[in-house]
Amino acid sequence: MDFIWNFPLFTIVLSLFSGVLCMVLKRRTARTYTMIFELILICMTGAVLFYTIRMDGSFTYPMGEFPAPWGNEIRAGILESMIALLFLIVMFCSVLSGRKFLELDIDESKQNLYYTLINLMTAALMAMTWTNDIFTGYVFLEILTLTSCGLLIVREIGRTTLAAVRYMIMNLLGSGLFLLGVVLLYDVTGHLLMVPMHEEISVLASDPAAMTVINMAIGILTIGLSIKSGLFPFHYWMPDTYGWATPTSGSVLSALVSKCYIFLLIKIYLRVVGLPIFAGMPIRNILLVLGMCGIVMGSVSALHADNINRMVAFSSAAQIGYIYMGIGLATEAGFTAAVFQIMAHAVTKSMLFLTTPRLAAVSGDSLKFRNLQGSALRDRSAGVSFCIGAFSMIGIPIFAGFSAKLQFATAAVYSGSSVKLVLVMLVLAISSLLNALYFIRTIIRIYSPAEDEEQRWPVRGRINYNIPMAVLTAANLMLGLFSWVIADLIERGFASFV
Amino acid sequence: MNEKFRKWLEGEGDLLEHVSDTEEKPYSSREEIKHEVKRINDRVGVMSQGRHLIRAERRGFYALYRIVAVVSCVFLIGVLLFTIANLPRYGEENPRATEVTRRYVEKGIEETGAVNIVSGMILDYRAFDTLGESHVLFTALICVMILLRMDKKNMRHGYEDFYTIRDEKYFDISRDSIMRTVGLILIPCIFLYGIYVLLNGQNSPGGGFSGGAVMGAGLIIFASSFGFKSVDRVLPGRRISFITLAALSFYSFAKGYVFFTGANGIPNHIPKGVPGAILSGGLILPLDIAVGIVVCCTMYGFYSLFKRGNNGSD
Repeated sequence: MDFIWNFPLFTIVLSLFSGVLCMVLKRRTARTYTMIFELILICMTGAVLFYTIRMDGSFTYPMGEFPAPWGNEIRAGILESMIALLFLIVMFCSVLSGRKFLELDIDESKQNLYYTLINLMTAALMAMTWTNDIFTGYVFLEILTLTSCGLLIVREIGRTTLAAVRYMIMNLLGSGLFLLGVVLLYDVTGHLLMVPMHEEISVLASDPAAMTVINMAIGILTIGLSIKSGLFPFHYWMPDTYGWATPTSGSVLSALVSKCYIFLLIKIYLRVVGLPIFAGMPIRNILLVLGMCGIVMGSVSALHADNINRMVAFSSAAQIGYIYMGIGLATEAGFTAAVFQIMAHAVTKSMLFLTTPRLAAVSGDSLKFRNLQGSALRDRSAGVSFCIGAFSMIGIPIFAGFSAKLQFATAAVYSGSSVKLVLVMLVLAISSLLNALYFIRTIIRIYSPAEDEEQRWPVRGRINYNIPMAVLTAANLMLGLFSWVIADLIERGFASFV
Repeated sequence: MNEKFRKWLEGEGDLLEHVSDTEEKPYSSREEIKHEVKRINDRVGVMSQGRHLIRAERRGFYALYRIVAVVSCVFLIGVLLFTIANLPRYGEENPRATEVTRRYVEKGIEETGAVNIVSGMILDYRAFDTLGESHVLFTALICVMILLRMDKKNMRHGYEDFYTIRDEKYFDISRDSIMRTVGLILIPCIFLYGIYVLLNGQNSPGGGFSGGAVMGAGLIIFASSFGFKSVDRVLPGRRISFITLAALSFYSFAKGYVFFTGANGIPNHIPKGVPGAILSGGLILPLDIAVGIVVCCTMYGFYSLFKRGNNGSD
């Protein structure tokens, strides 16, 4: 066993400790500490990623002296380390770039508590990514739920309070359903760790009574997690939640939290149920249909929005729809496309949510489209970032969004069903068109000068905004230009899943 | 007064003239008006959504809402009952599915050193989950602190202060002699019982969560019968933060050490002790104490925040 095997454990335990530590630190110290700590975490996770790529496989790490079916376990493979690294990078960029707004939006005496929540959330994200135990997933899902509510209410205005109450109700409903599903699975299989659970389910697959329960458990669990991540009929909490939170929170909630739930779901499908059994479950078709509805409805709602943040939030609903559509295809290519979309969307959406408040800041603090006229001319670096994000969302080649859409199309071609192929292609075409409509409209709006342009003073991008944006753009371009490398890594990750 | 009243009767002055002093100052600049409008818009942002709701009500939305809610609940109940009918029967031996629990029951005492198998399970076999669980409590405390913590720096309006003062003056039960006498008798017993439950977690039902809850209740009764000031003398908010920090970080690092040594195959040199003795169960006792302290501080923290919105930590 190499020393590097301990790194996933360190990321979780140290993040938990940092969360508690930030409670007693002063706000500036807490901020500096959090930034340095996030960098250390990025280094550690990067090391794990290179290690797993070199060994071309995965390792499981027992938590304590008791081996697999008795004690907890975490597991690191190529896919997990890649997702964890991406989450950490996006988290770092969000905190660094939203700093100015954090100081404006949050009471001075509560800013250290904000960093506490950020660190606890990092721990939860890491634990949910690394875990090899479905109940550990539930425990850290609770921490994630609570911290995300905290990140939302920390900006104490009427709208966030309302949004937080709604978000909490939906989230608790989701957690409850997830727990119900876990309990049912435990009742049938007698295990909580993913690998023994999977073995048990493969044996039980021939027993119709047990299969009914397993189908139902997976169904309930899926509904729970899809409420939490905002799949189509449950996406109405999104615009208020993402739109009114302080920029860092909006970016973290949309780019990381909802993705983390979906990644846990993918892990459950592939590691607990297994692809052959999942491909025969009725839930996959429901997910496919809901995903497609989500894509279309999200884009249509985004067209109606009168406020740039609501538009971006509704487009999130559409992007979540893509991920579920990929899962619903129930093929390996479909899952690869879904994971690729998770990464592409995390990089792009965080960029957009960090940029819109800066555009608003030079337009009299208004997010309404009519006031945003010419805002990109007043804040050039924000304008450029918004364009990159928008191009990626529309799916213009060399950006991440294009590669994701290409992967969905490829997955549909190889799905073996002509109905699915036609439907997926149709939905992709409609959604790209709608995306282009509302994003191009916004770009034209923010680049056409306002009447009193000469009177307003142009703002220069600050370095702690430009650096994170450069990092996110680089990640975006990497996902877009070297998509086959990433897709290959994802497939290798899936190969070590079973 | 009479003079004023007479003046008012004769139509010379205004009876309420001193009130007009508190009239809002006119805004000095356009910027200020803009800022104020934005602030009010943000605070009362709920209004615009309220209008949607009223319109929806007129269109009979609520009748539909109730019908859909009832139908979906009945459907969920039906689905769950159907699922449960397919579960393995209760009490029937299912040798495959009880492999893990059997090991916990049969070898638990030998492997963890704790007579109370539940303690052995949550603090030894599956300690990672419990590590998360104790941080869930802490996260909840932080969220409540964000919502309710007030101090001089973020107190925006005077009226919040006014209500606090009024409450403390007129509704303070700590002046009540019945409360004080009963508290004097009860509090030592409650604390003693809490400590007993806490320390015997490895040998009998109890442990950190339940013992901590009893002790937290004791602290709350202490605070309400002798006033917050007397608790603050022993446990000011800042000290509570540090105690929580110490307990939780001890928990994280102790468990991190056990995970690290266990996974790397290094002996961890923690004596298991004789099962049944007070010093047994390896790390279970210290961890129980840490969890107990966290639970106690969290409960008292909630109470003090809800009571007056001030944890006094600054």
